[in-house]
Amino acid sequence: MYVIVVGGGKVGQYLMKRLLAEGREALLIEKSASAAGELRQLFGDAVLTGDGCEAATQREAGFQRADVVAAVTGEDEDNLVVCQMAANSWGVQRTIARVNDPSHTWLFREVGISGTVSATDVLYNLIEQEISVGQVIPLGALKMGNIEVVEATLTHRSPSVGKRVRDLALPPKSNIVWILRNDEGMLVDGDTVLQTGDLLVALVQTEHEALLRQIL
Amino acid sequence: MRVIIFGCGRTGAALAKRLARLKHEVVVIERDPQMLGRLGQDHGCTIIVGNGLDDDILERAGIRSADCFIASTRGDNSNLMAAQIARARYSVPRICAKVNDPERAREYQKLGVFCITPNLLTAGMMKSWIVEEPFASIETYNVLEGGEL
Repeated sequence: MYVIVVGGGKVGQYLMKRLLAEGREALLIEKSASAAGELRQLFGDAVLTGDGCEAATQREAGFQRADVVAAVTGEDEDNLVVCQMAANSWGVQRTIARVNDPSHTWLFREVGISGTVSATDVLYNLIEQEISVGQVIPLGALKMGNIEVVEATLTHRSPSVGKRVRDLALPPKSNIVWILRNDEGMLVDGDTVLQTGDLLVALVQTEHEALLRQIL
Repeated sequence: MRVIIFGCGRTGAALAKRLARLKHEVVVIERDPQMLGRLGQDHGCTIIVGNGLDDDILERAGIRSADCFIASTRGDNSNLMAAQIARARYSVPRICAKVNDPERAREYQKLGVFCITPNLLTAGMMKSWIVEEPFASIETYNVLEGGEL
């Protein structure tokens, strides 16, 4: 798999590090000659100096055989053009854009860019989850099955405190898998009685997360 | 006609003044207030200082009722993005982007964004003048010729 990253700022650098560490073929395109010089110290020949929006640079970088093009500069308009050119001129199947202003995300989707990543959106969603969910925090979404790993800390007001796990009407296909109690981890079975202060880790289908929150 | 011009550089300012003189309703969006001096006095245009990629600025400019949107900043990519926003979100009937890079312009023409490439236009008109042929249409000048970059 050949991945081309456009934009050698912090995001581009960390992305390159990960890609190369995983043994993938990757190329980083950076417009500023001085920045590209510094990046070459880190990534050697996997750095190309040039404007990733220009056809000549794209040809030299080998857009025609790229599997993924990721545009991660600090400018939305540059990321948009890189991805549109990659898809339309070179037939790149997967294009990913960093979107700096979340109000632009719709346009990237509208013109068919396969993935968008907005740091602002991600952070906002995390903050919003903290606010709306209270004591239940999604730890991560397992992509394939819409299963979420959630963490919940029980307080004296939690309706589940004092109950056995088997007596809780948990949502279908959800499971409390682990409890941290008094700094000690324990596996859970039906007879485990929940206590105030327990930190639970549970698996739940995304659509049932709210229900689980009510029950706990 | 109600025309919105994003970018008050030499091209945008000259266009704004010409259209305003013909009594069209012209709104100029420009990020840098210093650039607005190009319009001179009594230009008759409405001025909005801000970024033409922002929805609130575009709405303040009255984009929902605009007949034409011209993106003429110095940045090809800003122009292409703004023109696509005007078309996709606000369904402006006529959009035009100034794009200096001929290859980029060619790709976006294929996507239905009307692009004007000043250097091709200028070169084409100069050539017409030199060989003493009649001046041709924008479309004639606005294309790359074989192998040219």
